[in-house]
Amino acid sequence: MMSTKHKKLPMVDDLDNKCCQEEQSAVQSEDAANTNWVTGCVETAVGPVYRVSTKLDQKDLLGSFKARWGLDRMNYTIPPGLYAIGDPHSSSPILVSANYKLSFDYLRRELAGLNLWILVLDTNGINVWCAAGKGSFGTAEIVRMVSVTRLSEIVSHRTLILPQLAAPGVAAHKVRSQSRFNVVYGPIRAEDIPAFLKNANKAAPEMRHPYFTLRDRLILTPVELTAMAKPIIILAMLFFLLNLASSLVGSNQLLLPSLIDQTFFDLAPYLAAMFVGIIMVPALLPYIPGRSFAWKGWLLGILWAFVYTFFITSQQGWLAPAAYFLTIPAITAFLGLNFTGSTTYTSLSGVVKEMGIALPLIIGSAGLGVIALIAKYFI
Amino acid sequence: MKFQYLKNVVTLAMDQDKCNGCGICTEVCPQQVFTMGDSVSSITDRDACMECGACARNCPPQAIYVRQGVGCAYAVLMDKLNIKGKCCGDACSCSLDNIPDH
Repeated sequence: MMSTKHKKLPMVDDLDNKCCQEEQSAVQSEDAANTNWVTGCVETAVGPVYRVSTKLDQKDLLGSFKARWGLDRMNYTIPPGLYAIGDPHSSSPILVSANYKLSFDYLRRELAGLNLWILVLDTNGINVWCAAGKGSFGTAEIVRMVSVTRLSEIVSHRTLILPQLAAPGVAAHKVRSQSRFNVVYGPIRAEDIPAFLKNANKAAPEMRHPYFTLRDRLILTPVELTAMAKPIIILAMLFFLLNLASSLVGSNQLLLPSLIDQTFFDLAPYLAAMFVGIIMVPALLPYIPGRSFAWKGWLLGILWAFVYTFFITSQQGWLAPAAYFLTIPAITAFLGLNFTGSTTYTSLSGVVKEMGIALPLIIGSAGLGVIALIAKYFI
Repeated sequence: MKFQYLKNVVTLAMDQDKCNGCGICTEVCPQQVFTMGDSVSSITDRDACMECGACARNCPPQAIYVRQGVGCAYAVLMDKLNIKGKCCGDACSCSLDNIPDH
């Protein structure tokens, strides 16, 4: 969407508005002009470059929150291009980032008081690590953006500082031969960048190893909870139908309010199972015995099935325990297995190996469990 | 706290004869798999490898081999079931076949 050539940025003060009123340079995108995170312009040999704020405001925090819950996450992007932090000049360092706004925000909030350039690649709104794995944060994209932004005319040096986690997607020596820019791998965490820069671009060993603290693990869980919305609705409907069928077949005809009540009761242990698989497995990850994620999930599921069957529910007979011990751990094992995609250390080979063992067991157990569960309504 | 995944499964391999001692593998590896010796690097914690491919991709003499992949059960499952694009809204998932030669 193109605006007029002489568009005025509302937040730019009088000193700066001349440069921003000039013709749009190739390095800039229209879309960045009216955002809360652009605070002005920096003049370069090639044209004006937007300066971005190093403070996250309410809008940014709200955006982060929504992204963590998976709400409109794929649109949480910024336009690729060159941006400025502070007042950079031709010898200021260049940091390279992805165009997922969460990544960009986590980067810029650590750069207060510094003067540097940020080259934002088009990673389709994907974060650095995942984009590197897929190839969008890659050698070709870096070479392309260096060319598109005419970076060699803006800076006098030839160094790009990349996040270390971009390495799976970038061949440093190939970037050099194709763009004439050298690649230096910076620290994993943005908060270490100031120290890294001060130390002549040398990283301390701790900067090269990721953390995976409790907070790190838990922050990855809300998006998985959101994904349970549909399965929960489907499960609720199935339980309702089971209760309805049971009431029609049996001598005890239930009224609609009791049917709804009963449906909630039936759903409850499974809602809890989802909580166990999605929240408790990540939370307790290093403390649950065993290395396999499916196994860790299964263990917690057995625990919950035990607690529910023998301490919470008042159902009698053997069908109820059979149903719960066969279905609940299958669910938690599957959800635990699912967490492999969110960790800092699982390998594809390991995941394939454990899936080969776990999935047939999960499916078998769930299948038998469902039979017992359904039988429970009619026997 | 060092997290440990399954033992003896990864596809990581190294030809030390090709190593030129640049040490970039020790810089890019997020799991401290390599240790720099006097003149060449070596794999000192193979089970810590997560097959991200950073080492192999950045080794100029191509002394390191690893089957680059994403350790995500969901991606593997979606790939086996031939269901595309469920994860990040992309056209393709993180499966092995979809990692381009970049």
